[in-house]
Amino acid sequence: MTANTEIFQLLPHLVIGVGIVLSVVIEISTKKSESILPWFTILIFVFAGAHSIINVYDYQILFGGMYAIGGVTAIFNFIFTIGAAIMVLNAVDYIKKSKMNFGEFYILVQSSVLGMMLMAGARDLFMIFIGLELMSICFYVLAGINRSRMGNTEAALKYFLLGAFATGFIVFGIALIYGTAKSTSIDQIVFAYEYFITDVLFLTGLALFVIGFLFKIAAFPFHMWVPDVYQGAATPVTGLMSTTGKAAAFSVLIIILSAVFTQNITNNFEILFAVIATLSMLYGSIVAIAQDNLKRMLAYSSIAHAGYMTIGLAAGNIESVSGIIFYLTAYAFMNLGAFGVIALIEGSNEENLDINSYSGLNSKSPILAGFMALFMFALAGIPPMAGFFGKYYVFVASIKADLTWLAIVGVFSSAISVYFYLRVVVYMYFKDSTSSIIIKNSFTGLLAVIISGLLVLVFGILPDTLFSIITSVLSY
Amino acid sequence: MLTEFGKIFIFLLLAIGFVGIALFAAKLIRPHRPTKEKLLIYECGENVEGSPWVKFNIRFYVVALIFLIFDVEVVLLFPWALTYQEFGFYGFLVGVIFLLILGLGMAYEWRKGDLNWDRTKPNIPELSKILTNKNVSNVKIDEQIKES
Repeated sequence: MTANTEIFQLLPHLVIGVGIVLSVVIEISTKKSESILPWFTILIFVFAGAHSIINVYDYQILFGGMYAIGGVTAIFNFIFTIGAAIMVLNAVDYIKKSKMNFGEFYILVQSSVLGMMLMAGARDLFMIFIGLELMSICFYVLAGINRSRMGNTEAALKYFLLGAFATGFIVFGIALIYGTAKSTSIDQIVFAYEYFITDVLFLTGLALFVIGFLFKIAAFPFHMWVPDVYQGAATPVTGLMSTTGKAAAFSVLIIILSAVFTQNITNNFEILFAVIATLSMLYGSIVAIAQDNLKRMLAYSSIAHAGYMTIGLAAGNIESVSGIIFYLTAYAFMNLGAFGVIALIEGSNEENLDINSYSGLNSKSPILAGFMALFMFALAGIPPMAGFFGKYYVFVASIKADLTWLAIVGVFSSAISVYFYLRVVVYMYFKDSTSSIIIKNSFTGLLAVIISGLLVLVFGILPDTLFSIITSVLSY
Repeated sequence: MLTEFGKIFIFLLLAIGFVGIALFAAKLIRPHRPTKEKLLIYECGENVEGSPWVKFNIRFYVVALIFLIFDVEVVLLFPWALTYQEFGFYGFLVGVIFLLILGLGMAYEWRKGDLNWDRTKPNIPELSKILTNKNVSNVKIDEQIKES
């Protein structure tokens, strides 16, 4: 392989990396950076996403086994970049409205996406750690980007303290894995997984590593930061954290446990994942019923969705991996869309987050009400939307792995969750407006909502377009 | 059979035990005659005044962060400076790119005004403002006039 093809394969990373530096130059050289940077950011994200998905079948290992390109990594890169592009499109007017119009916002978003891409492509524990830190530190800052609001600062501090604690778990896990496997290369660890897993220290290290990432995906016993952080952070930032951040953590879990998924080795963590999945689904769905604040409700629903995806980890076969990836893609776009609608309605000081603000929305803005209903149906998992097929593939995988009870719990929990999702729809269509909220016209915000709505519909009506790519990529 | 980590663990236990036993033995043997001066935080010197938890300027953190970045830069540049002749022009280019990115960060800080140390303006009381404030009693006004 010559150096030229390597550089061509790494174009998405290089474009974003150079884009960060250029954004800094734009930020210090012109006064009008606030109007240039969002479009520049969207441009490089769309380019990186398109490049990844076009070269999806071109699987290569670069840099002496440190980094992988193409295949599953490319699909994850697609989720990160397109999700972040939609979020930036949505945020253009939002951050002007809430007076946090710093150019740093876009630079931090670009850096966090680069970190996620490093996590998804890493084939070495140190690369994973570098990517994780790049992503997390940018998220800590992004959570508190609106310094003038108390909730924002609280969210950033809570996220930082608990996130740093989880990172400690991950580092300690890496230390124990390295101590027993005598290598940080994931390929070598996966190759001799069956031999290593009998070692108690290796098992402990892997468990610590997995627990650290379960924190990042917001699964049940490690979820306590989620409601406060998701509610406190600025709405587009919450959308980014809950979708692409979760996808990045899942990409690492899939890579580190790939021996279980591909080589038919007994899944030592089956019980752990099954219990965590059950608790997350039920806890998230039941507690979300009591929430009146929409952002808090979506935070608890995010815990429940982490539970559904963890079913796939418990099932531990190749179908479950493709199910998780499809679910993550669907979840990214429906959640970004839902947060996009919330960002348009909540007003300049987050005063319209209560569910009563949504009563009679249909008479004020039929388009927004229609899209919000679409996203709520999709999150609840009603058939023509993408959310249904995400759940379907994961449940089928768990039945194939003789975990039928887990699938039943999943269906039961999604039946509970229908209540609080459809409650929003009922408020929008069947209640008279009680508050006089003014919805500001925001063309870019509406465009972001429409794009994510279309993607949810496309992946729902034609799930095979994406699913066939995922399964064919996973087969080698 | 102990692993290498097991040996480290025994060392850890020994270290904790050594400290514990030493402190306990000292407590048994030493005389115990406390006075007020002995119990002060600084036994010789000034008396303690006020709480140490005072607010201080956030710019100290900014300066500390900038210092940290350039400190790490120096550490990373030493091995590069020792071996860059072996790598030729390619090695030189890598170092230059590294320095350019760091320099860009410095330019960013400068341009954003993070290196300006703005002084807090002294709050000088004005007679006219004090007189219009009806909540302030006459005695306090006199005191403030004397102070200013």
